[in-house]
This record gives sequence, C-alpha cells and structure tokens, in this order.
Amino acid sequence: MVEKSTTPSKKPTFLFINKESEPLFSKKNRVLLTDPLDDNNPITVQVLGICSALAITVQLKPAVVMSLSVVAVMGASNVIISLLRNLIPNRIRIIVQLVVVASMVILVDQILRAYAYDVSKQLSIFIGLIITNCIVMGRLEAFALGNGVWKSFLDGIGNAAGYGFILIVVAFFRELFGSGKLFGFQVIPDIIYDMGYENNGLMLLSPMALITVGVFIWIQRARNRKLIEKN
Amino acid sequence: MEGYINLFVKSIFIENMIFAYFLGMCSYLAVSKTVKTAVGLGFAVIFVLSITVPINFLLDTYLLRPGALQWLDPSYAEIDLSFLSFIMFIAVIASMVQLVEMIVEKFAPALYGALGIFLPLIAVNCAILGGSLFMQQKDFSGVSESAIYGLGSGIGWLLAILAIAAIREKIIYSNVPAPLRGLGITFIITGLMALGFMSFMGIKL
Repeated sequence: MVEKSTTPSKKPTFLFINKESEPLFSKKNRVLLTDPLDDNNPITVQVLGICSALAITVQLKPAVVMSLSVVAVMGASNVIISLLRNLIPNRIRIIVQLVVVASMVILVDQILRAYAYDVSKQLSIFIGLIITNCIVMGRLEAFALGNGVWKSFLDGIGNAAGYGFILIVVAFFRELFGSGKLFGFQVIPDIIYDMGYENNGLMLLSPMALITVGVFIWIQRARNRKLIEKN
Repeated sequence: MEGYINLFVKSIFIENMIFAYFLGMCSYLAVSKTVKTAVGLGFAVIFVLSITVPINFLLDTYLLRPGALQWLDPSYAEIDLSFLSFIMFIAVIASMVQLVEMIVEKFAPALYGALGIFLPLIAVNCAILGGSLFMQQKDFSGVSESAIYGLGSGIGWLLAILAIAAIREKIIYSNVPAPLRGLGITFIITGLMALGFMSFMGIKL
C-alpha cells in the first residue's frame, strides 16, 4: 500500500509558504479550484460522493445547506491532514483521516442543529454520512497527503464546489418540475395550473434522481468529448 | 417471530439501501463491472453490516443515548452523549473491518485472496455507516432486531450490485450513444431498476 506519490517531500514547508513562494492565486492554483467544476468533476467524472448527491436533492434548500457543509468539512479536513501529513504513519492513515473528518462533521452537525433545526431534521442521517462521503476520503488520500496546506485547501474547496454545483443543478430541476417551487416558493404561476399543467410527482421520488444525474452526464460528455469512456 | 420476518423482508426489498436511500453508491458504481468482483464485495458488506449494526446498537443503548449511562449510577441519568455517536460508530466500523480482515486472512486465505482489496474499502462504504445511523433512528427494541436489520440490508445491497453487474456485463454488446457509455447508462439503468423496486412500496408489513 506504499505509494510513492504520497510520501512527503524531504524539505519541510511552513504553513502558507510554498517552496518556490509562488503567488497565492498562480495559474496552477487556479486550476486546482476550477478543474473540479467541469473537467474533473467529483461526481460525474471521478464518481465520488454519489450517495448524498442523490438522496437530498428533492428540494433546493437542503441541497444548498449540504453543499455548504461539505465545503466547510472538506476545506477544514484537507488543511488538517495536510498539516499532519509528515506525522501520520502510513499504516494507520485511514483511521486518522476518519477521526479528523468525523470531528469536523460533528462540529457541522451541532451548528446546524443549533441554527437551522428544520433543515437538519430534513437532512437526517446524510450529514453524518459526510464522514464516509468518498469525496472527502478520496481527496484526502489522493491530494492532501502529498501536498502543501494552501494547495490542499484550494483542492478541497474546489472539489466541494464541484460537488455542490451538481447537487444544486439536480435539486433545481427536481424541485421545479416535481413541486413547481424553488426554495419553497411557488414559481410556476397559477394560470398555468389552470390550463391543465400538473406537477410531475415522479420527480420527487428516488428513481428520477438517478435518471436526472444520468442525463446530466450525457449532456456534459456530449459537450466535452474527451470524457467519453471506451466501452 | 413474525415481526422479525417482516423486518427482514422490509430491509431487503422495501427499504433497499441502494434503490431507496442511495447508500453505498460509490462502490456500487465502481465495483460493478464484473459479476465476480460484485459478489465478493456484496458478501463482505453483508458480513460487516451484520456485525457492526448490533455492536453499534449496544453502544447506543448502554453508552450514548440520553440517560443510557443509568446502569452505572442513577445520578448519570442526565448525561447525553449522543453527539459522540458519529465518531464512535465510525471507530467501531473501522476497527471491525480491520479485525474481519485479519480473521479472514488467517482462517480463509482463499476468501481473503478473492475479497482482498475490497475489505479495507468497506470502512468507507456509506451503506455501513448508514445502516448504523438508521438503526439509531428506528429505535429497535433489542439486539436481535438490529442484527436482523443489518443482515437484511446487506442482502439487499448484494442483490442490487449483483443485478447491475450482470446487466453491465451484457450491455457492452449493445450500441449505447457514445456520451452515455459507462457511467451515464449505469445511472439510467439504476434509475429504472429503482422504479421497479418502488412497486414493493405498496406492501404493508
């Protein structure tokens, strides 16, 4: 299980100062932030973190809250693991990562319970499931264990934003067509209902979440043909 | 007895981990390219789920729940440790996976060879932690009920991954539109399968 890429560099790097002391938003760092939004999206390309992306996209509000929670957890845990990366023995790194992520998630959960109780009830177990959200573990393993603090932070935020982007798009269509509302406010005017329009109740059920994501992948890959798989 | 059978059937079909709650989707999509590996992962999930859910049930009842510490001393009745449940559950799961891995390696080397890479992966499978968290919400009355729930959810997960792996093995021979190949079509097929599983929802148990 020893990977060469994850072994830390010999020269110690300090908190926010990279070895070459490049500017904070150099081109390379900006790519870390923007790449996950499209070319390397965690959900549609890396296939990470799908469980929660599907289950909580019935309405826009929980989807937005979930995205913000994931941004917070990923930013914080990437920074912590990146700080600790020279101290963690390779054999127990999974457990260390789990403990760090779990404590971040507990923080987020307690904050949500205190300030947004109804949303936290709606999200039920899915806040807890951020712990095992593959995006968090996957990025810690693939990036934060081998890179500096600032870069890991950008990578975490970028990937969480890519995740949140899909979540919000899917939730937008499901809430719009499923209940004719956005953020709980009715957007489809009554006159259209009078003309015989009906909400599509199927959009609120679980199968349509899968199919919506499938169609989203289809559109994305039709636009960006280098993502097409071989078979 | 009847209650147990109802719970068992319910956790396999009606509250299927994948089709109703999307738990464990990541490994479901990543490891379903061939039937053989899918079966290996499925059995590992059943095994770990049916061990960890009862253990976490005991932890929850005697340690974490509000007033759970009463058996130590009546004055502890006010203590509520439930905010610790995430970290306790994940610690139990991670260590159980490690333990299961060692036991399987020692006593069944052939099985270990077959499951090898999947066992450590299970620690971060959302279905396992999800099972424990649902168990906490459902307020089971005893260990046996939670064990049956864990076993049933695991079997449901195995069924789902087995079905999609079989379909994916065959779909290679069909002419899928290029941008849909691989991930896209798998999502849509899973959606259609979930539509089928929704027909169980009407059953009252």
